[in-house]
Amino acid sequence: MEPATADTALGYAPLLLTVLIATGVGAVTLLLGIFVRPSKPNPVKALAYECGNLPIGDARLPMRTRFYLFAMLLVIFDVEVVFLLPWAVNFVSLGLFGFVEMMIFLGVLLLGYGYLWRNGGLQWD
Amino acid sequence: MGLIDDRFEKNFATDAVDTVLNLGRAYSLWPVAYGLACCAIEMIHTMTARWDLARFGAEVFRPSPRQADVMIVAGTVTHKMAPILRRLYDQMPEPKFVIAMGGCATAGGPFRTYSVVQGVDTIVPVDIYVEGCPPRPENLIRAFILLQERVKQMTIAKSPRVPAPPIRIEA
Repeated sequence: MEPATADTALGYAPLLLTVLIATGVGAVTLLLGIFVRPSKPNPVKALAYECGNLPIGDARLPMRTRFYLFAMLLVIFDVEVVFLLPWAVNFVSLGLFGFVEMMIFLGVLLLGYGYLWRNGGLQWD
Repeated sequence: MGLIDDRFEKNFATDAVDTVLNLGRAYSLWPVAYGLACCAIEMIHTMTARWDLARFGAEVFRPSPRQADVMIVAGTVTHKMAPILRRLYDQMPEPKFVIAMGGCATAGGPFRTYSVVQGVDTIVPVDIYVEGCPPRPENLIRAFILLQERVKQMTIAKSPRVPAPPIRIEA
């Protein structure tokens, strides 16, 4: 590994330039918008958009704890699909090794699924 | 209005700003999708490949008024729908325009009944009336072209700001 010199630091100049340009473009656009855009606030505009109907109550409602379980389930099986898809695409090139690996992965998830089913995790009430 | 509106007399600088602003506004008119009855079918046709409203920069139909410039009232406005329409109009950001499409939105159309609003101009200010039952897509496109002409007349310079009289497009 070569020692750090002024040249090495100079190598990061494009990065700095990118950061400066990105910040600059953002700042200029936002500032320009403040000068240019018409501002005519009214109470109706400040309402939550509910397809034109008057919003009922606040968005921050107490949610049922049941949704927590469903959210967790979604995350787990979501990840499963994320892994399944590339495996399916590369099924031939991955060969038997990929197949066995995937079956182990699916087996673990299937166990969890069975456990969940038996304990009534899929029932709403 | 905006910070720079109505601050300066008309000069070359306000003209330059107007040119840029109006160019952007005129060629990116985003309509709020507001199909209420059969006119909506013609409005949808206007978007399709045959008529292709996208040529005039107005293809981005928004499902939310927050991102829209133009409200095309396409169809029969009932008294039940009227407050909702008004609320959506109020929720649109400035500057905003309304196109009353077809006979129903213009004047109640054939429905001279207790339930139908006799002309959407009783609820919101209308810029362009498109006649027809329903109007052909060409006429809706014409409405957009005329609206673009109107947008290009907007200025940030000091001006009386009298609302321009509505345009009527005959069937």
